[in-house]
Amino acid sequence: MSKISIKIDGISIDIEEGQTILEAAKLAGIKIPSLCYHEDLRVAGNCRVCLVELKGARNLVASCAMPANDGMEVSTNTHRVREARKHVIELLLSEHNADCTKCYKNGKCELQNLASEYIVGEHMFLDLVPDKHYSIDRYNPAIVKDDSRCIRCQRCVRTCEQLQSVSALGVAYKGAAMKVSTFYENELFEVVCTNCGQCVNRCPTGALVEKTYIDEVWDALYDPNKHVVVQTAPAVRVALGEELGFGPGQRVTGKMVTALKRIGFDSILDTDFTADLTIMEEGTELLRRLKRAIVDKDPNVSLPMFTSCSPGWIKFIEHTFPEYLDNLSTCKSPQQMFGALVKTYYAQKRNIDPANIVSVSIMPCTAKKFEADRPEMRSSGYKDVDYVLTTRELATMIKQTGIDFLTLADSSYDSIMGKSTGAAVIFGATGGVMEAALRTAYEIVTGREVPFDALNITPVRGIEGMREASIKIENTLPAWGFLEGVELKTAVAHGLANAKLLMENIHAGAKSYHFVEIMACPGGCLGGGGQPIPTNADIRKKRAEAIYDEDMNMPLRKSHENPEISIIYEEFLGEPLGTKSHELLHTHYKERLRY
Amino acid sequence: MDEVKALVNGLANKHGRTRESLLPILQGVVDKMRYLSSEAMTEVARELDLSAAQVFGTATFYSFLDTQPRGKYVIRICKTISCDMHGKRDVLQTIEEILKIRIGETTSNRKFTLLETNCLGWCHKAPAMLINDEPYTELNADKVRDIINEYIRK
Repeated sequence: MSKISIKIDGISIDIEEGQTILEAAKLAGIKIPSLCYHEDLRVAGNCRVCLVELKGARNLVASCAMPANDGMEVSTNTHRVREARKHVIELLLSEHNADCTKCYKNGKCELQNLASEYIVGEHMFLDLVPDKHYSIDRYNPAIVKDDSRCIRCQRCVRTCEQLQSVSALGVAYKGAAMKVSTFYENELFEVVCTNCGQCVNRCPTGALVEKTYIDEVWDALYDPNKHVVVQTAPAVRVALGEELGFGPGQRVTGKMVTALKRIGFDSILDTDFTADLTIMEEGTELLRRLKRAIVDKDPNVSLPMFTSCSPGWIKFIEHTFPEYLDNLSTCKSPQQMFGALVKTYYAQKRNIDPANIVSVSIMPCTAKKFEADRPEMRSSGYKDVDYVLTTRELATMIKQTGIDFLTLADSSYDSIMGKSTGAAVIFGATGGVMEAALRTAYEIVTGREVPFDALNITPVRGIEGMREASIKIENTLPAWGFLEGVELKTAVAHGLANAKLLMENIHAGAKSYHFVEIMACPGGCLGGGGQPIPTNADIRKKRAEAIYDEDMNMPLRKSHENPEISIIYEEFLGEPLGTKSHELLHTHYKERLRY
Repeated sequence: MDEVKALVNGLANKHGRTRESLLPILQGVVDKMRYLSSEAMTEVARELDLSAAQVFGTATFYSFLDTQPRGKYVIRICKTISCDMHGKRDVLQTIEEILKIRIGETTSNRKFTLLETNCLGWCHKAPAMLINDEPYTELNADKVRDIINEYIRK
């Protein structure tokens, strides 16, 4: 790549050839407004808000779609540019349900911000909204799609196709009738949508938002007869700060716990505890499958084994690769393990009637809302997890409570089910479940720690969409002699587009593995659909660094060393994959329609 | 269902299974079935490894790729200004009277569907209409009555 030089608003800047005017302007410290542009997606150039004036060109050009050429002279702030942008915004508003005070995205909407920046007071154009027959799809437990708020920028469509290979959303009809639509305009719950919420995270307006349960949670908190328990997922603590005044990558675990106490939750517990438990169950399950394959030569054993923590991935495989459902670990996700234990083990220990427990979870995820609603997730005899809130919804509750988050003191999680290890916190990053499982499984089999510096299994970390790593098992303990010399082959994928490629490789026989970790969202949970907006490559990287810092700072970093885990097996569960585990911690999957 | 499957499979064999094969395959289905049913679109998605929403998007973009059941003969009368000024309204009224349907409707015997279309490029011989792929021009009430009656007898 050679360097070129362009001039923007009189400022000369050297950039790489191939960069767009918009990217060059950013480097020069000039903000060009945009709506359809997103760092994670390919350029579309269809909103026209990023218009600039180019010397020598007759028309204004869309800076997001125009590659910079050597010697170009660009003006971003002329009268003509400002007028054109204002017209574009006004035209978008003429078809947009701008009843902002009743919109869920009020105050967080990119279109609203632009309308304010450009002082769009009096409408120049006719309000077309009354003539449009917009529909709202609120029949899904995770995502609400309101076409009256849609500006047809197609970030969601591109997300669903380019990042997730799902394309549950597409563009239908043409001209004035064009809309973002599912197949046959069916409701989202009827189509192949995985509820991953990546579209929600990228929607600039209120057209795609999570279904919120904030009011239901407040009602439970104000009910004196209810004991409200909250669990927080690993990736929430490294992102929540972004909604509340901190920069990306700031760990706010202690402040978050204090805030949850102040909001009024009766017990603040940690999904990380059941992440450690997941490792015990899933690690044991993997070793059993390997034993069945190697020692018993059982032809029915399904390998590779796939992780089952990501509910977006689960729904994706149920739709797309149902022939591989037996390869999924039967372990429930940490959220659902937690839910099942809160209304059984925790209720017994604390002597509370499980009927009076309301179990709330804070997740970086919208698909978790769907997961909690699955009919299989009632093994305590009640709905195991009553309400799921995203990181964003928790931030809203903290603001509603009137807490000054920035100056909040730290607190620790309550007990029981509040203790965790570094192995659990890395569940929030792609490769983390794999790393945590290897730390424990390797030690069970050999009696020694994994042979990596400071337990950091760096080959499974990183941002590449698909990664492979293998560990040679040597000098095993006598009980695991059958694994002597076995090279354990693993793979990691994140983002469903990468997951699909990996599955196709496996299906074609081009690749074979023992254990595969898949997360539906780019970057893993830290880039989840319920995380603060914006989320992009740079922010994901900072959140990942924060997660690995959190791991390094934990006194215990291997799941099997969590003392509460030993206690729960002693007092309640018996052993991994035992009867009680099977009843409460494991689940099954169902084939869903491919189209 | 199996008939649709076989049809789509045959068309995919003929036109290929890349993304650019989508349009000729959809056209082939419309030729045979007269519209794209939900089952047909699902089959096309399966054959080409596309999502159903993507097939639906393409189908709804093109006016001639119908996504609703149509009659054996689809009448498309030009709705643009030249035809309008040359007495399209009389022509349309005559068709509506003979077939007892309005624009967008299909006769109960599933023989005729009446639709409007954008400019057919026959402005110099307005008013114009299409019946399936056949254009009819310089229409008036008498002429269109004869044409429709001929189709009724077919």
